[in-house]
This record gives sequence, C-alpha cells and structure tokens, in this order.
Amino acid sequence: MKILVTAKRVPDPESTIKVNSSGDGIEEAGIKWVVNPFDEIAIEEALRVKEAQGDAEVVVVSIGPSEAQEQLRTGLAMGADRAILVTGENLDTSAVAKILVKIVEKESPDIVITGKQAIDDDSNEVGQMTAQLLGWPQATFISELKIADDKSSAECTREVDGGMETISVPLPALITADLRLNEPRYASLPGIMKARKKPLEQIEAASLGVDTTPKIVIKSMAPPPAREAGRIVESVDELVTALQSEAKVL
Amino acid sequence: MNLELSAEQLMLQDSAFKWASEQWGPIVEKCDEEDWMPPDLFKQAAAMGFLGVSVEERYGGSNAGLLAEGLVAEQLSRISPALTMSLIAHSNLCIGNIANNAGDELKDKYLPGLVSGQLIGALGLTEPGAGSDALYGMRTRARKDGGVYVLNGSKMFITNAPVCDLMLVYAKTDPEAGPRGISAFIVERNSPGFSVSRKIKKAGMRGSPTGEVVFEDCPVPEQNLVGQLNGGVAVVTRGLDVERLMVACMCLGAAHEALEHSIRYSLERKQFGKAIGEFQMIQAKLADMYSQLQAARALTYTVCRQAETAGRGGKGTALTRDAASAILVAAETATRITNHAVQIHGGYGYCLEYPVQRLWRDIKLMEIGAGTSEIRRMIIARELLRSGSCEG
Repeated sequence: MKILVTAKRVPDPESTIKVNSSGDGIEEAGIKWVVNPFDEIAIEEALRVKEAQGDAEVVVVSIGPSEAQEQLRTGLAMGADRAILVTGENLDTSAVAKILVKIVEKESPDIVITGKQAIDDDSNEVGQMTAQLLGWPQATFISELKIADDKSSAECTREVDGGMETISVPLPALITADLRLNEPRYASLPGIMKARKKPLEQIEAASLGVDTTPKIVIKSMAPPPAREAGRIVESVDELVTALQSEAKVL
Repeated sequence: MNLELSAEQLMLQDSAFKWASEQWGPIVEKCDEEDWMPPDLFKQAAAMGFLGVSVEERYGGSNAGLLAEGLVAEQLSRISPALTMSLIAHSNLCIGNIANNAGDELKDKYLPGLVSGQLIGALGLTEPGAGSDALYGMRTRARKDGGVYVLNGSKMFITNAPVCDLMLVYAKTDPEAGPRGISAFIVERNSPGFSVSRKIKKAGMRGSPTGEVVFEDCPVPEQNLVGQLNGGVAVVTRGLDVERLMVACMCLGAAHEALEHSIRYSLERKQFGKAIGEFQMIQAKLADMYSQLQAARALTYTVCRQAETAGRGGKGTALTRDAASAILVAAETATRITNHAVQIHGGYGYCLEYPVQRLWRDIKLMEIGAGTSEIRRMIIARELLRSGSCEG
C-alpha cells in the first residue's frame, strides 16, 4: 500500500502576522515556518495506516518554495519514507491541485491524504480540486479512518453540522483530515537523525507541463481595523442608550 | 544571530521546545506548587530520544553530539528548569559518566535501561560537609571486603535521589591519598544499607526531587567499580566539564524565556498612558538582557563544540577553563536576566501566577550547583596562572 500526504509550508500559527509594505502579502522577514497543522494530522494518519498495515510506504509532498525542504524533513523525521518537493513561485490553489495530480499520476498511491485546509490562506480547495481532476472519490473533513481488511475501500467518519456521517469510499481515494482525526506525534531525535538519510526528490513545477498561471490575483491585503478601547458605563440605561445610538446594534 | 546550527540541530530545537510547551506547559505550576514530578517523565523523554542524545547508538542513543544535548537542555529549560535538571542529572551526570568511564560489561548492563527510561539514574558526589571541597572533604568510604566494596557515609543535595533506581557514587577507597584515593561505583537502589533519609525542600527547582542519601554497610559488587580503582578524580573532573556546559545551556533557556516574557509585557503593560516599553529605563534593561544572553549563548555553544572534539577534559586542559567560563557567564547572566524580568513585571512579576518568578527562583541554583560561581572563578584563574597565558 502506498500513501501520499501533503506538507505545505505556512507561518507558525503563533507568529505575529503583518501586511508587507506593498500591501499585497504578508511581511515574511522574521516569520517562523512550520508544516501546516492540518497536514501534520494527515501525515500522522498516514503513519498510523502504515503501522497498522505493516508494508505500506508513506510519501510526503510539498509544493512551494525550495525552503519547503524544511517542512519535508519534518515529515520525514515524523516517519515518512521519502519526500518530493515541487518548486514553484506564485502558485494558487488551482495550480497546486494540477501539480498534485501530476505527482499522483506518477506515484499511483492507494490513498492521498491532505489537510482539510492550509492555515495561511484557509482556501479549503486543493483536496477537493485534486480529487475532481483525478476523477477519484473524496472524503473531506474526516475525523476517523478505517481501511477495509481487503484494502479495497476506506470507511471515513466526517464531522457534519449536528453530528457524524460515516461513508465508505472505494480506493484509490482522496481524504482530507480534520482537527480531531488524531494528535500528531513529535519529531523525535532518532527520527530527525534518520530523516537526513531519506530521499528527497526535487522537481521544478515548470517541468510538469501544467499551466500554472494564477487564476486568483491578490489585489490588496489589509490588517483588521484596530480595536478601540472600551469604556465602563454607569448604568443599564446608559448601556442600552450606547448600544442603540453609538454601536447601533439594538 | 546566526549560530551556525545544522538543519538537524534546528529541527531538534523546534521539536524539543514544542514537546516541552505542550507536555510540560500545562503542569509546570503544579510541579512548582506541590514539588511534584510527573511519574512518566523519564519514559516520555526517552521516547523523544532526549535521554541518550550523545550516547552511542548501540545503547539506544542517537550519538548526536554534546551541542545537540545542550540544545535540548536549553529548549526544555525554557518551560521547566526543574524537570530539565532531573533529566540532565539522569542523562548527563549518570549516563554520561558511565558511558565515558565504565567497561563494556557495566555499559551493556545499565545503559540500555537508563537510555530507555526504564531505570532512573542519579549521581552522588556532594556530602553534608563537603560541597565546594568535595574531593578533599569527602568522607564516604568504600572498604574492600572479599568480592564487594562496603560503603559507609552520606551524600547531600542529590538530584533524583528520592526516585532513582541506581546512583553513580564517589567514595574514598584510599582515605590517606586525598583526591587520588577516590573511586566511582554504580550502586543499585535496592542494595541493603542504601537509604534516602529525606527529600529536601527547596526555594526553586521544585518538581525535581532532591534527597540526602545514607550508606550503612552497603555492599557493592567489585564489578560495579567504574573506571580505575582510585581513579575517581578523573571521572569527576571530566564529567564536571560536560555537566557545566549542560547547566550553562539550561541557563540560556531560562534566560531566553524570561526575556521573551519581558518583551511581551513591555509591549502590553501601560502606565502613564503608554506602554512601559516606551520608557528608556525598560528599554535599557531589554537591550542589556538580549545582548548578554547572546554573548553567553555564543560562548556556550562554542565551548560545546570544543568539547565534542577535545580529547580529554579535567585539570590542566583548555576545556576545563572554558567550560568554567561558559557556566560562570551563563549562570550569572541568567540570574541577572530573570531578576530584570521580575523587575519589569513589577508587582505581577512577584506573584506566583506569573512564570518569571519561577524562572528566577529556579535558575539561581545554577550559580551554586556544579561548582559555585566562586569555584568557577578559582578554576579559570588557576588554569590561566598555570599556563601563564590566556591563549590556546
């Protein structure tokens, strides 16, 4: 069995994000970069499937700048077997999905697991687009995964409004991981030492023969308006008046 | 500042800090308040590979070098110097000294259990009447009796003593010979005559259990002699060089965290209508804290790298001088930085709900343990005057 997982390079959720001087992106200097937390969950799930199956291979893929090698090394340190980095600039979700399709066609995995979304742009599109382009079944936002004994299908529990939905998808299939699927392991020191000997293949996006012209252009980016200081009111009447005449919410 | 760490070392730093933040962050206050150590501490750390960072692979270690071991100590110490100290007493003092000095039989017998966290280790050098003067003032005796050495005496301020399974113990085998009559032994906790007489209450480092150990006619098999008979002083001094570097790294971690808290607080806390970070007296403190931390860090990392390639340490070597320099600077820097951090936080800084006071109480020990600041200065001056130069 072969499992392909994604590892997008994103700013650490703890980082302070500022808009850059040209107003079309974020200030990247001084930011710490990590594996997209939902992709970490995807990697963990792939490793758990591998550990349960015994003879599975986990391939971790990143599409982005060459520095994304660091995120792939993290995936390898967690336990993935090998890594593929597709380098390219200014790739939107449609381009990433088309590139991912090429990698899937090359690798022929039984399952592709991605995070349900990346925490930088929160697009929540790549998994769905990739499944559509491949013509594969998809199970999105899953919180539990069970591979059938004959490995022909996967039972996926999805978190839907007001409850749980359990579906079965024939393999190969694409799965997107939600927050409660698992708790990712840490990269241990022995894992980190092993990771440096694992293969990491680099491919240029331009060599894959897909049109990566962005369909989305970011016109401008702005921080949320600064919050004004609150004030303490003396009475309920004053509060109601303020809510009516100033905040205009009543 | 680029400290020229490898990709693996950077990843190890990240992973160690993330692990400590998530696993220890929620319990550090309980550890401090109740002087409580989580029961699975050693096994959890072993699963991360943190008990055998610089131990050979065949004993379950990663052989990643002393700087890597120091980087782990630094990152863990950002969250809890106390729990880190217990891990260092186990991995560096106990495991490190056994790995560097014991024969294959003892290493095969004890190292795999220690590195995997199945066994908890400690080291016993200091005595109630012999602290800075440990080598001359040592009164614990080991008398040969057939196939065993019989230990009598007591050891004081022993980290992990209340929870340990075995202890590397120094004792006089030739009392007339002074430091040349000391030997090192591995003593198992369940040996008859081995007892931990009390758990000591401390001002800081709470959560790392410290005890007084008493040996009363405690028999130790002669096979458990570590290194040469009467050769204990070499084990002590070489071990202390490395221990001092690990303690220096712990100081960097606590100081780093105290500075991070101070920067954030200086941006948030408002007095006289503006953030306190806009006042020059706070700015001066922050600038000094950062500069001194980075100087201590550059020195400590450099000496860690030096120790990785040094043939031996101990008296008369550049490593002994430089390890003492690193810990002297790192520990005094850390007490100064944590002290400034409490001052910047004002009344809140002195309250138990804010973490800077814990770092301040914890890290003060590092000017006392592993040789006091005074002893460190004596060592550095001794080496300078011995060689007649500060070169080399």
